[in-house]
Amino acid sequence: MEELYSVGIDIGTSTTQLVIARLVLENRAAPFAVPRVAIAEREIQYRSGIHFTPLLSDTVIDAEGVRAIVAEEYQTSGFAKEQIGTGAVIITGETARKENAREVLRALSAFAGDFVVATAGPSLESILAARGAGADEYSKERHCQVLHFDIGGGTSNLALYDSGTLVSTGCLDVGGRLIKVDPAGRVTYVSPKLRQGAAGPVPRVGETVTPADLAPVIDTMVAALEQAAGLRPGTDRLDAFTTAGTHWLPAAAPVVSFSGGVADCIGAPQGDWRTYGDVGVLLGRAIRDSAAFRSAELHQGRETIRATVVGAGSHATDLSGSTIFYRDIPFPLQNLPILKLTEAEERGDAGTMAGAIRDKLRWFADESGLTQTALALRGEKNPGYARIQEVAEGLCRGLAPLRAAGFFPVVAVESDMAKALGQALAARLPGPLLCLDGVGVDNGDYIDIGAPLAGGAVLPIVIKTLVFNGP
Amino acid sequence: MNEKELRALVERMVAELAGQAPTPQVKGSDYHPMEPEGASPGCLEDIAEVDLRQQYLVENPRNGAAFLDLKRKTPARLGVGRAGARYKTATMLRMRADHAAAQDSVFSHVDEGFIDRNGYVFSQTLCADKDEYLTRPDRGRRFDDQNQRIIQNTFGQRPRVALVVGDGLSSAAIEANAEDCMAAIQAGLKSYGIEPGKVLFVKYCRVGASDHIGELTGAEVVCMLVGERPGLVTAESMSAYLTYQPHLGIPESKRTVVSNIHRQGTTAVEAGAHIAELVKTMLEKKASGIDLKG
Repeated sequence: MEELYSVGIDIGTSTTQLVIARLVLENRAAPFAVPRVAIAEREIQYRSGIHFTPLLSDTVIDAEGVRAIVAEEYQTSGFAKEQIGTGAVIITGETARKENAREVLRALSAFAGDFVVATAGPSLESILAARGAGADEYSKERHCQVLHFDIGGGTSNLALYDSGTLVSTGCLDVGGRLIKVDPAGRVTYVSPKLRQGAAGPVPRVGETVTPADLAPVIDTMVAALEQAAGLRPGTDRLDAFTTAGTHWLPAAAPVVSFSGGVADCIGAPQGDWRTYGDVGVLLGRAIRDSAAFRSAELHQGRETIRATVVGAGSHATDLSGSTIFYRDIPFPLQNLPILKLTEAEERGDAGTMAGAIRDKLRWFADESGLTQTALALRGEKNPGYARIQEVAEGLCRGLAPLRAAGFFPVVAVESDMAKALGQALAARLPGPLLCLDGVGVDNGDYIDIGAPLAGGAVLPIVIKTLVFNGP
Repeated sequence: MNEKELRALVERMVAELAGQAPTPQVKGSDYHPMEPEGASPGCLEDIAEVDLRQQYLVENPRNGAAFLDLKRKTPARLGVGRAGARYKTATMLRMRADHAAAQDSVFSHVDEGFIDRNGYVFSQTLCADKDEYLTRPDRGRRFDDQNQRIIQNTFGQRPRVALVVGDGLSSAAIEANAEDCMAAIQAGLKSYGIEPGKVLFVKYCRVGASDHIGELTGAEVVCMLVGERPGLVTAESMSAYLTYQPHLGIPESKRTVVSNIHRQGTTAVEAGAHIAELVKTMLEKKASGIDLKG
């Protein structure tokens, strides 16, 4: 049994949080079988306070401010940076701007050290929030579909799970901080998205408002959520609030679960609505009072406002398969774009595969030439050794341009064949080589691969599925 | 009155009482068994081809999909339904088919063509036939003079590794897995700079034959692929036993085992790659079995 400490840092539109989780690795295979290492336990060891994200403007993060928060929280937690073996920094919601993200990650590099860093697109954020809240487990245990909403300040992240398997993710511009108010009830900020999305009157900055004044705009937001859950006919509200560049089809799941700051306001809606200086409390109450949502089974997530950060700390890191091959690799590898062959290309002979790989490599070649890319294959269930040789030959020839440009082959296979394939490649190619399996990725994904764990048997990986906002 | 007359008398009386003619006896030539509806003539479905992990036979289940989801994780014969107090025909036949396959794999021999095609060198333990093999485990661990010479000629003296394929208790396991697995081991060893050498085939082989081979050759590591005692899940499961410096009388705890090498377990090529790395580790650490741990 081996332990691994993992940090999760979530820098969102409204809040910045940090958790430190203990991951326990365990060999799940029978004593005399080939090892199969898995994460057996995930336990949150430290939860930071919930800080408002320091912003320089409405969308630009104050990187130095974030660094100070993280430094202070590390100190409070009692963990040294050196103890942290893996983890993820994710920048989410409206703040996930490319140039901004780079700067923040640079500011955190002293803490990030060797661990894996991810800028999240809404898809990854949805997955982390749902897993942090336990929606995936609930769906697996009950063998049912669960639609999870993580309703934060700027966005609502949707993830649909069926019997523990992710079906789809989505993102709506529905959140508690789209309108901000001061303690007197005067509007201090209205997100431009509301004017695009909401039909009906939107309050103006400077106006003093009551819950009744805000009801129409809150109701349109709830209507969008109801339509997303297939609990209200039509898609007009849903379409109006769908985050640009994302896509969501109404999904009628029997169980709906909530997390995010607004989820706290669904469960415990007492108190002054202006407590948080925004409309989160009103949004929570409106969801609680929604007749449509009452018709579904509502499930309160295990985590509410911390769901995303807990997901980042304990679920962002996965493990590769336990039979892998690597030689002279400078770990960690970050942000490798995935190049995946089609099923037909993969089934072909060495020549077909090599041709397909060379063609696709050109997609990734920008003006500065090729970049370090990971080649993804589905693999075969029970391949013969001759087939392994054939595939190795195809990869070897197809990846020659990549090697010529000074990069090394990284091959990620879905089915269990990486070690045999790696050894076959190693006999053909000198120099660094990495071949891992148990990894399901697609074109458009990025992968981070950390240094080996469990006596070198497995590699920690983070798969980043980005719908937009590339790293 | 003989039996025929008695029968005629009874029939007449029954006919009179019921007021109808007796039912004619069915003659063999008139007998037509019922054709099962929808079945194509000629070939029956091969019940052994059904994947038990995807077969769920309970009628009107409350949540069949959920049960099937659980079944995917185990080859156990669960959710088989029932006919009265008994198994359904499909379950009973499949059990007998699997049992027959298990017995066949013990009592059949590895095809000589398989041994020749792969270029394995043939040898045989002291056992003369399957009966002796099954009843005298001790004779499955030793070789006569002639076979000792074959072994010495195959491996030479003090090879770093001696690769062996033994039939063990399942010839089917060897024919299904040994070729791909051994090819992966050989390629893997080469990639680590270890010369794999020739492969010895041992007929009527027990795992302990490794020790005699070690004694005869002084091999640093003996790596033996051997057919596992078959069960109802699969008759094609193979194991690899690896021993560092085996010799007569070495304790069993000094062996490292990789088991369950078959289509539904660890696949032959991945097992081979893993075994190649194990050999490398053993040569580096000069140990096997429990000595290798920690």
